[in-house]
Parts: sequence; C-alpha cells; structure tokens
Amino acid sequence: MSYRTPVKQALGLGSAKYGVQHWWVQRVTAVALVPLVVWFAFGVAVHAGADYETVRAWIGSPITAVLFIALIAITCHHMQLGLQVVIEDYVHARGPQIATIVLVKFVSAILALAGIFAVLRIALGG
Amino acid sequence: MQTDNRPLSPHLQVYKPQLTSVMSIAHRITGVGLSAGVLLLIYWLVAAASGPDAYATARSLLGGFLGQLVLMAFTFALFYHLCNGIRHLFWDAGKGLELQTTYLSGYLALGAGIALTVIVWIVAYTAGGA
Repeated sequence: MSYRTPVKQALGLGSAKYGVQHWWVQRVTAVALVPLVVWFAFGVAVHAGADYETVRAWIGSPITAVLFIALIAITCHHMQLGLQVVIEDYVHARGPQIATIVLVKFVSAILALAGIFAVLRIALGG
Repeated sequence: MQTDNRPLSPHLQVYKPQLTSVMSIAHRITGVGLSAGVLLLIYWLVAAASGPDAYATARSLLGGFLGQLVLMAFTFALFYHLCNGIRHLFWDAGKGLELQTTYLSGYLALGAGIALTVIVWIVAYTAGGA
C-alpha cells in the first residue's frame, strides 16, 4: 500500500512552485531603488557635460562608488525578477520558457559583474 | 477532463483603453525597455573604466543629438516606472484601491514622472552643461 497523500500536490509541486519569496524580493528591491534611482539620475545629470577625469573622480569617490555598486546589483536583481514574470506570462512552451529565464538570469549576472568591476577599477585605480 | 468547450471571457481588445489599464501595461513595457537602459549604463561604466578613448566614443555616442533623444526616453521610462511603482507598492499594502483614488494616483504618477524628467534635463543642461 502507498503512504503517499495528496499533500505531494501542494508541497513545491503546485502551479506556484514556491511561496511569496519572488514577489517579496521584487518589492524590497523596488523600495531600495527609489532613493538610489533618484540619486543616480540627478548625479549623472550634474555630470552630463563633464570630461573623462571629472567623471572618473566622481564615480571613484568612496560614497559614489558604493552607491553605484548598490544600484547596479539591486537593479540587475530587480530586472531579472521582472523579466522572469514577463517571460512566464508570454512564453507558454515549458522548454523555451525555462531556457529564456535561465538566459536572462545569466545575462543579468554578467551585466551586474561587469558594472561592479568597472566601478571598482575606477575607484581602486587601474 | 475536457475543457475546450468552456465559454471564454472576452479578450483584451474588446475593452476600451482606460488610464488605469494603459498605465498598467505601460509599467510592464517601460520595465522591459529599461533593461536596455541597464545595458547602456553598464556600457557607459565599462567605457569609463577602459580608458579615455573608449570613454570619448561613449560620450560622443550618448551626448549626440540622437543619443540625447534616446536618453530622454530612458529618463522618462525610468521615472514613470519609479512613480507608478510607488503606486503599486501602495496597492500591495492594500491602500488606494478605490476607483477614484486609482485615477487620482494615476494622474499623479504620470505628472510626477514627466516633472522629474523635465527637472533632470534642466539640471543636465544648466548645472551639467550638456
């Protein structure tokens, strides 16, 4: 006789696959991005016409560099969470859906790493 | 279980576009579009980290007429997504879901998005000397 109960249909195997983690992290990153994005937009605007040395001095100063790294990391995380939902909504075939989501996650991670590396290189000299 | 004979609810195109529905899909469209903006941001940072020549190329590309036009579009997409996102956060908290309030907050988010875009570009042209 089998001891399996219908609960297996609910535990990690239902249509949702997981709990509220994705939804919650999307909101937490959104809240974090509100001040960061306002700072970023006005910071770049102030340096709109600045030359190479001035822009590097700005990006490389300790506070700016840390804020830039936070902006890049949180933005890329928020972006891949959002794109995942869009893909889940519009790409119905299971195979292509998973492939696209994995691709988006890989590209987002590479973009974040490239951006953070660029900021660190400017800040630490190189 | 046969399901293909069930009646379907009317699809999207039978509904008249409303502020609320248009702003909802615009939130998603700007969100996807801003991914290209992230690409641009990373390119700009990598160029600044690569050296004067790479930065000069990025600067002439983004600072030119077409580049500025693209950046203006991204600025509005960014602030629209930000302001409308705050509206969504209030809804997530269960506040402001009355019909009248959704319209009020909709106009407010749209107006704030436009205003912030204009202010940022005034700053860019005056303080930034773009």
